[in-house]
Amino acid sequence: MREGAIPIGLSYVSDGPDEMEQLRKSLEKEQRRIQIRRFTKNRGSVFGLAVVTVMVMLAVLAPLICRYDPLALDTVNRLKGSSAEHWFGTDSMGRDVFARVLYGARISLTVGFLVGITTGFLGVLIGLYATTNKVADNILMRICDGLKAIPSTLLAITLMTVLGADIKNVIISLVVVSVPGMARLARGQAMVVKEQTYIESMKCLGAGKTRILWKHIAPNIISPVIVQVTFVFASSIITEAALSFLGAGVPAPAPSWGNILNEGKGVIYTAWWLVLYPGAFTALTVLGLNLLGDGIRDFIDPMSN
Amino acid sequence: MSKFIAKRILSVVPVLLVVSIVIFSLVHLVPGDPAAAMLGDLATEQDIAALRTRMGLDQPLARQYFIWVGNLLRGDFGVSVVNNETVASMIISHIKPTISLAIYSLCIAACIAVPLGMIAAKNKGSAADHAVTAVSLAGISLPSFLLGLFLMLLFGVKLRLFPVSGYKGLEEGLGAHLKSLTLPAIALGFMNAALMMRMTRASMLEVLGSDYIKMARAKGVREFSLMAKHALKNTLVTLITVFGQSIIQALSGAAVVESMFAIPGLGQLMVNSIGRRDYYVIQTIVLLIAVFNVLVNMVVDILYGCVDPRVRVN
Repeated sequence: MREGAIPIGLSYVSDGPDEMEQLRKSLEKEQRRIQIRRFTKNRGSVFGLAVVTVMVMLAVLAPLICRYDPLALDTVNRLKGSSAEHWFGTDSMGRDVFARVLYGARISLTVGFLVGITTGFLGVLIGLYATTNKVADNILMRICDGLKAIPSTLLAITLMTVLGADIKNVIISLVVVSVPGMARLARGQAMVVKEQTYIESMKCLGAGKTRILWKHIAPNIISPVIVQVTFVFASSIITEAALSFLGAGVPAPAPSWGNILNEGKGVIYTAWWLVLYPGAFTALTVLGLNLLGDGIRDFIDPMSN
Repeated sequence: MSKFIAKRILSVVPVLLVVSIVIFSLVHLVPGDPAAAMLGDLATEQDIAALRTRMGLDQPLARQYFIWVGNLLRGDFGVSVVNNETVASMIISHIKPTISLAIYSLCIAACIAVPLGMIAAKNKGSAADHAVTAVSLAGISLPSFLLGLFLMLLFGVKLRLFPVSGYKGLEEGLGAHLKSLTLPAIALGFMNAALMMRMTRASMLEVLGSDYIKMARAKGVREFSLMAKHALKNTLVTLITVFGQSIIQALSGAAVVESMFAIPGLGQLMVNSIGRRDYYVIQTIVLLIAVFNVLVNMVVDILYGCVDPRVRVN
C-alpha cells in the first residue's frame, strides 16, 4: 500500500527549492531594509554620505563649474575679496580661489582615496600572510610596532624630505604611515577567523592555502577593513594638507588645500578668504568621512555600538 | 610586581631596535648621494667627498648603523651641515618652548575634557551630552593646523585678543609667556581634549552602571564625592592611556603648529630643516620623539599595573 503522505511530501519537496529561494530572497531583502534603516536612522552618517557625495561631485565636475583656470594668473585682480566674478575671491597672483579650492578637492580626494585603497590592500595582504607563518608573523609585526612608534605626521614629513616634494611621494609616504595599523587590524581579525570550524572543514576538504586565505578568510575580515579604510582616507586628507601646508607635500603651483592654506597664512591679515574657504572644505570633508565611517560600521556590524 | 615591570621594560628593546633601523634607513632612501643632496648644487667634488667621509657613507651599511647607534648612546647626534653646530646643542636650544607648549596644551585639554566628559556621562542623553559628543566629533575632524589657522583668523586678526606670532620666553614673565602660547596651545590641545572627552564619557558610563556605585549611592554618599572619589578613580586606567597618547600628540603636532605661530621650538627647527635638507637634525628629532613615545607607552603600561592589579596577571 502506498502511503498518501509520499506524494504530498514529494510535491512539497518538488516546489521546495522555489519556495526556499523565495524565502531566502525575502529574508535578504528584509535584512537589507533593516541595514539601510539602521544607516539612515543615524542622521550623522546620512550627513556624512551627503557631504562626501557633494565633494566628489564638485571635484569631478570642477571643469564644468569653474569659469576660471585654477592656474591662470591675473595680476590686475590680486587679493580681491569675494564678488560675483570670483565667489571665493582671488589670491596673491590673482588666481580664482573658488577654482583652486574645487581643483584642490580633486587632488586631496584622489590622494586620500588612493592611499585608503592601497593601504587596505597591503594591510590585508600582510595581515593574511602573517597568520600563515610564525617567524614571518613575528618579524612583520615587530616592524609594524616599530613604524607605529614613530608619530605618523613626523614619519610622513621625514619621508617627504628624503623622497622630495611630489604627489607620488605624498601617496607613498602616507601609505607607509598607514599600513602598519591596517596590517595589525587585518592580522588580528584573520587570527580569529582562522580558528573557526568552517576554515578547518575547508582544510579537511583539501582546499589550498591560497584559496583558504583569499576565498574564505579575506571576505570575513573585510568589514572592519572597509571601515578602517574610510578613516585612513580621512586622516590622509589631513596629513596631505599638513604636508602641503609645510611645503613638503604637493609641489607649489598645483592647487591642493594645503597649498592654498600655506599661501593664505602669509596674507592672513588682508585676505581671510584664502584661509577660510579651503580650511572649511578640508574640515567638512574630513568630518563627512569620519561620520560615513561610523555609519558604515553600524551598517555592517550593529554589535559594535 | 617587579617581574611585571621587568618584563615590560624588556619588551621595549625589539621596538627600539626596529625604530632605530627604520630611522637610520630613512637617510639612505635619498635618491642618489645623500651628501650631494645635503650640500646642494653649489658644492664642489671635494666638499662632497669630505662630507661622505664625515658621515661615514664610505663604510659598509651595517657598520654605519653600529657606529651611528654607538654615537647616539654617547650623546653624539652628529653635526648639522648648515651651520656646523652640533645637533645636540641645536636641540637643547630649541627644546624649552616645545615643552612649555606641550604642558600648556595638555593642561587645557585635561581641564576641559575630564569635567565635561563626566558631566556628559552623568546626564546621558541630555542636551549637554549631545553637545559634548558633537564637540568631540568636531575635534577629531579638525586637525591642529586648521584649528590654529581659524583661531588666528578669529582671535588674532578679527578680535586682536592674542598675538598671531611672536613667542615670548619664560624670562619675559609668565603672563606674557602664556599669552603668546595660548592660541597654539588651544590648537594643539583641542584634538586631545576631544579624545579625552570621548574616553572619559565612555568609561564613566561603564563605571556609573556598576553595582558598587549603586551601593555607594544607597549608602548615602553625596553626589559630588560619588563622582569625584568613587567613579573617577575607576576611570583612571582609561585616562592614563589617553593622557599618554596626548603627550605624544602634543609633541608631534608641534611641528606644524610651532612653525605656523613662529615658536622657536623643536617643531619649527624640524620644519626649517626640511628646506635646508638637514637630514641629521630631522632624523634626530624624529628619533627622540619616537623613543620618548616608546618610553611613555611603557610607563603607561606600568602605571596600568599599579592602578589595576588585574593587569599584572596577564
